[in-house]
Amino acid sequence: MEKVLQVQDLHVSFKTYGGEVKAVRGVTFDLHKGETLAIVGESGCGKSVTSQSIMKLIPNPPGKITNGKILFKEKGLVQLTDKEMRKIRGADISMIFQDPMTALNPTLKVGDQITEGIIQHKNISRDEARKKAVEMLQLVGIPSPESRMKQYPHQFSGGMRQRIVIAMSLVCEPEVLIADEPTTALDVTIQAQILDLFRDIQKKTGVSIILITHDLGVVAQVADRIAVMYAGKIVETGNRREIFYKAQHPYTKGLLNSVPRLDVESGDLKPIDGSPPDLFSPPHGCAFAARCQYTMEVCEKVYPFETKLSDEHLVECWLQDERAKKMKVNIR
Amino acid sequence: MVTYIFKRFFAMIVTLWLIITLTFFLMHSLPGSPFNEERTTSEAVQKNLEAHFNLDKPLPVQYVSYLKSVIQLDFGPSIKKPSDTVNEMLGRGFPVSFELGMLTLLVAIISGITLGVFAALRHNGIVDYIAMTIAVFGISIPNFVMATLLIQQFAVNWGILPVATWKSWQHMVLPTLALATGPMAIIARLTRSSMLEVLTQDYIRTAVAKGLSPFKIVFKHALKNALLPVVTVLGTLAAGILTGTFVIEQIFAIPGMGKYFVDSINNRDYPVIMGTTVFYSALLIFLLFLVDIAYGILDPRIKLHKGEGK
Repeated sequence: MEKVLQVQDLHVSFKTYGGEVKAVRGVTFDLHKGETLAIVGESGCGKSVTSQSIMKLIPNPPGKITNGKILFKEKGLVQLTDKEMRKIRGADISMIFQDPMTALNPTLKVGDQITEGIIQHKNISRDEARKKAVEMLQLVGIPSPESRMKQYPHQFSGGMRQRIVIAMSLVCEPEVLIADEPTTALDVTIQAQILDLFRDIQKKTGVSIILITHDLGVVAQVADRIAVMYAGKIVETGNRREIFYKAQHPYTKGLLNSVPRLDVESGDLKPIDGSPPDLFSPPHGCAFAARCQYTMEVCEKVYPFETKLSDEHLVECWLQDERAKKMKVNIR
Repeated sequence: MVTYIFKRFFAMIVTLWLIITLTFFLMHSLPGSPFNEERTTSEAVQKNLEAHFNLDKPLPVQYVSYLKSVIQLDFGPSIKKPSDTVNEMLGRGFPVSFELGMLTLLVAIISGITLGVFAALRHNGIVDYIAMTIAVFGISIPNFVMATLLIQQFAVNWGILPVATWKSWQHMVLPTLALATGPMAIIARLTRSSMLEVLTQDYIRTAVAKGLSPFKIVFKHALKNALLPVVTVLGTLAAGILTGTFVIEQIFAIPGMGKYFVDSINNRDYPVIMGTTVFYSALLIFLLFLVDIAYGILDPRIKLHKGEGK
């Protein structure tokens, strides 16, 4: 399959008074045409920073891409100037943010906010842009779009606003859509509608989606492939089936276990004990070692190699090493 | 909208009436009268004069008759300059004061907003520091000091602009500058801080993600939101400029309303005191009304009356 976007060994750091925070520490993944890749992980694991780096939206200073490549259809984005990057933003790669209540400008009409992107990127008249925007609003399921174009964001509900944000991001027919927790701020019924909308749109337009979330329920519904991030690194990738049924990394297993279940008698939540490492001075070995049930001596000293379990299923954990399998299990 | 304007208009009339009543009784509670001067006039003359201007009647009667004439927009004759009516004085003085005030407001708004926007965009940079230094000077130097400094430099030392009076555009430069620096500084500081806040908002990030140019992001997306607090102070700033004109008009010998206003109080020229106060108050109330209208235009979330919107 054609690779639309490739991220190779991406490192992003933030300079603060306390020192350098290494938020993303060598992230590598590919995004294929027409697929949905979910990046999951807890707060602060670097998933949003990764997505914003792709759009080069990291405020610099303090943030900086210190190493790595981001290729959009073989074209490197990291070294592009701001002016060149502007042609890509919104036109080739676009982004949806978490909170639809604040993502729209309260003082501009919704229609203007949708059309200005097309007018910026495509050489078309105001009328054509307007027509295109109405079409888009229809696609995302906003009733009577023509009259809605003339309204302001405060006249829409949260779910409607997220639909508008989605329409806005798709209006230039981008190839990649990055959705940074698009449903976190919405209630569950609206969430389901928006996720349906994503699937629907992908079928119609063939856009590739990167979905950033910490909600495994959302992931299970829409993702084709899943990348699990922890402390600035991707620790396990695989297709949906592989991650949900054959997860190998102890962190992924812990995440899956911590999802509250309706079919289990005891209502207790099962959290992963401990907290993520300090990214001012990340550990040399596996960042999860301190919280892992199966820690071995090697885990704390050397970062694990990548093990390939199937074509798509990759995991970075010493437990997958041949030598580890010979050891006696001694859970502490 | 029409009902809103109607309601506001009614409230404005009530406010004005309160101001008239208060000023009227405060003024009459001052000791002395228009005819108290060093030069002694005979009692008979004084009596006659008072009868002529209705000052011999009891206060409530005077008050009612004054209200009646104000409703007919007649502010009465001047006691000190019997050849003039107050209406004539206002007609002569106001256009000049208005010109000075509006010029000042225009200069203050345009330069203040520009300064504030650039300071915010170059936050903590050289431009920011320079702009804010200018702003601090502008706020701390009173306009009469500014006026004399400007006259000293531009008119006396360099001789490129006239010292005083109000004839051509060259005459307008110095008074306008002197009057505008204070409001400009306030607007610049406000614009800067509110712009800084707006620039961190999510919708600005959305605009960046759309691939818009920095120019469009600042002027289309940020400025409109950032101007709301600035509009709020415009009403009070306008009041400040109006009172500022009294002083500046004195310094530059400008034949505006300020001169009549100050003179009238010194002379206890009752009709002129009342006329100028009422006129200024009406103007201010009207400006504040305009500010409220501007709110609704800038931010669609602010509804001017119930039932609009949904």
